[in-house]
Amino acid sequence: MTVEQIVFLLISAFTLSTAVIVVTKRNLFHAALALMATFLGVAGLYVTLDAGFLAAAQLLVYIGAISILVIFAIMMTRRLMQTTEPAYNAQSGFALVTAVISFGLIFWVFYVFREFWPLIPDAVTPLASKPIVADEILQGSVVVMGRSFVSSAAYVLPFEIASVLLLAALVGAIIVAWPKAEDKA
Amino acid sequence: MSQDWQFVAIFLILSPIFPAAPVILNHLLGPKKPNPIKQQTYECGIETVGSSWVQFKVQYYIYALVFVIFDVEAVFLFPIAAAYGQLTLFSIFSVALFIFLLADGLAYAWGRGALEWI
Repeated sequence: MTVEQIVFLLISAFTLSTAVIVVTKRNLFHAALALMATFLGVAGLYVTLDAGFLAAAQLLVYIGAISILVIFAIMMTRRLMQTTEPAYNAQSGFALVTAVISFGLIFWVFYVFREFWPLIPDAVTPLASKPIVADEILQGSVVVMGRSFVSSAAYVLPFEIASVLLLAALVGAIIVAWPKAEDKA
Repeated sequence: MSQDWQFVAIFLILSPIFPAAPVILNHLLGPKKPNPIKQQTYECGIETVGSSWVQFKVQYYIYALVFVIFDVEAVFLFPIAAAYGQLTLFSIFSVALFIFLLADGLAYAWGRGALEWI
């Protein structure tokens, strides 16, 4: 085994074990803390795939912002801070079926489209190894992404639409989460 | 994986030691003479009332919602800042439009009073 494989196995074991804690802990607050560890593990997986920017974004957005929101939501919800809620409910069977189907679909998509992976035009990547990407692409990938975000030949329209989407999400979140008049004591 | 990440790995291994060492050393070396008052939960010097596993009113949760949006905005802007030397005038205007649209949202949140203690 190479060092990379050992690192990958360690990070995967960490991610999966914390994910199991997330779904089995009866105390939702502890589950949320374990979820932050899972996000950290996913960031580590991005690093093993040479996607440093994605790892940083994962840290910043998921651990920095979304986990905090999840913890706020748990703290604000009545009875969820107590540990009397069961960890499983009647839908666990359906959840299992959905999870298996989703995994199968993702696996199928990656398997079918492995020859059309855009970064590697003339290399078929076996599933066991990560895509072979030229070093110069990896080194400058953030700069290339930044340029293509705002060049008229590339993704400027999706980029501006993303801004409109974020604006809509912001306004919508404020309207939905705004306390109703009777809540204000 | 590039070499840079080895430093991150070293930090990941070493950094838990710094907060853990004082706690463990305190546990090993400190003299223990417990009494009921010492065993109480410390809450700014005030006696605690009831369980702490209750529903909280988090006052600034809308602030947190706004923060998520601008966190994502920062992720979008970082690659553009990295490519800043290679941008055209068209690119600068599209970034300005991006920021203007989100500043619009900030103005809405501010005007609505979402940045205040509610």
